[in-house]
Amino acid sequence: MNLDARSVALHLGLIAVLIVLGFVLPTYHQGNLARILVLATYAVGYNVLFGYTGLLSLGHAMFFAAGMYGCGMAMHLGGLTVIPAFVIGLICAAALSAVVALLALRTIGVAFMIVTLMFAQSVYLTALYLGEWTGGDEGFVIAQATRQIAGYALTEPLTRYFAALTLFAVALLITARMMQMSFGRVLIGVRENEERTRMLGYDVFRHKLGAVIISGTIAGAAGAGYAVLFGYVGATFASVQYSIFPLLWVLLGGMGTTIGPLIGVAFMFYLIDYASGVTNAYMLIAGAALVLLTLFARAGIVGEIRNRWVPWLP
Amino acid sequence: MMLLETKGLTRIYGGLRAVDKVDYTLAKGEIHALIGPNGAGKSTFVGMVSGRIPISEGEVWFDGENVTALPAHARIQRGMAYTFQITAIYARLNLFDNVALALGKRDKATVLAALDRVGLADRASRIAGDLAYGHQRLLEIAMGVAQNPRLLILDEPTQGLAEGEIEDFNALIKELAGDTTILLIEHNMSVVMALSDEITVLDTGRILARGTPDEIHANADVQNAYLGTG
Repeated sequence: MNLDARSVALHLGLIAVLIVLGFVLPTYHQGNLARILVLATYAVGYNVLFGYTGLLSLGHAMFFAAGMYGCGMAMHLGGLTVIPAFVIGLICAAALSAVVALLALRTIGVAFMIVTLMFAQSVYLTALYLGEWTGGDEGFVIAQATRQIAGYALTEPLTRYFAALTLFAVALLITARMMQMSFGRVLIGVRENEERTRMLGYDVFRHKLGAVIISGTIAGAAGAGYAVLFGYVGATFASVQYSIFPLLWVLLGGMGTTIGPLIGVAFMFYLIDYASGVTNAYMLIAGAALVLLTLFARAGIVGEIRNRWVPWLP
Repeated sequence: MMLLETKGLTRIYGGLRAVDKVDYTLAKGEIHALIGPNGAGKSTFVGMVSGRIPISEGEVWFDGENVTALPAHARIQRGMAYTFQITAIYARLNLFDNVALALGKRDKATVLAALDRVGLADRASRIAGDLAYGHQRLLEIAMGVAQNPRLLILDEPTQGLAEGEIEDFNALIKELAGDTTILLIEHNMSVVMALSDEITVLDTGRILARGTPDEIHANADVQNAYLGTG
């Protein structure tokens, strides 16, 4: 098998395993995994910018929130059904990421981190300020009856699981394919050596712009998916905490690997889940595990596997 | 027919005129060497030609088109290629990926052929940063050549190469000559003398002399400023 065939086999194999898990897992874990898949979609989007392009954003919660509010408010206030509301969420996230990119990409490095953080804070504060429509701190619940597609209730656990899996699978396959195309290769070039890439005749700015928009739109898709599948929209998801999470997930799972984001989210989710069963100070256990990982597996879980054993991992 | 022309090209750093009103022409198909002492403005000059360094004053014309306002990547797309003085390869990628990015396509035969021109085809799957320094220089040259440029700008390409590698480099450049116009910054005078059709000597940002290798060798000003017998 050549490299591309192995990569296709890996991704389709992973999706197949997730399909089987949907049927065999007990309800509790099935619910967890549905949530993990939606958050992993968010992480996949983050990874496009951070892992592949080398741009560290501290404000991705604004794109997640743009998708979430765009979709959630279209349903809650506008009375739209799931699919059109989801599309509106995507459009909101894409538009916001385009605007933020055009401004923030004038900066690099630490300045880029700060600018994205500031934009995200203003989105967060805007959500609070417009409390009359957004529900402010408390957010709002999307009516159960409206959360269905063509008669299939997204509140039903198995349907919800497969909706989450579809969302994740689409994001995974889009990014995996993108990284095999010239556009994705050039993003890696930008990450590895921006000046060299420019001096090979590539328009670095346009590639970065594309990366932010793709990354932000996938994050927004995850936010919209979260609103639809779990029925809640709130400002917490626009807070700085939700900008840090994807960074942690991608670092843990392996930046610049296609399946790392899922592994990172699942690992952290179950680490916290397990630790909170052991002690009230569960963040202490989670923190210690994170420190150990950054000490001994600096490339993240999938990154280390790639470095040590499986160099072809995409 | 001139492939490259600069008119009054100037770069000012603070109060220093690193390159000062340089009028320069380069004919198609020629191998032209740019020499001069350290700090003469050679790298700054080619940096402005390629668009890497902003121009303070003056114009750059490439193949009859005024490219002064174009960003670097647009000039490269018009057929320039640039190799850095300080090796600028993708150190964490393998040689194949390095050349594939330079080529803009991942066609295996084409990539391997480009690597083969500098004798690195058997190392295609090695990580570029793990190569010996001389081999990294050769990879950088291979990336420049792979772009099949009309103008190839080489900034001290033989720095750090062994004797045998320099001979191979000379052979490669002679092979390219004719199709590719070459602008070469070089300190190794035997390389300059062996390759160049013409030489321009820069000193303190100005053109001190221009001529064939023999004329430059005999020029008293150059002797004083550069060859160090003054």
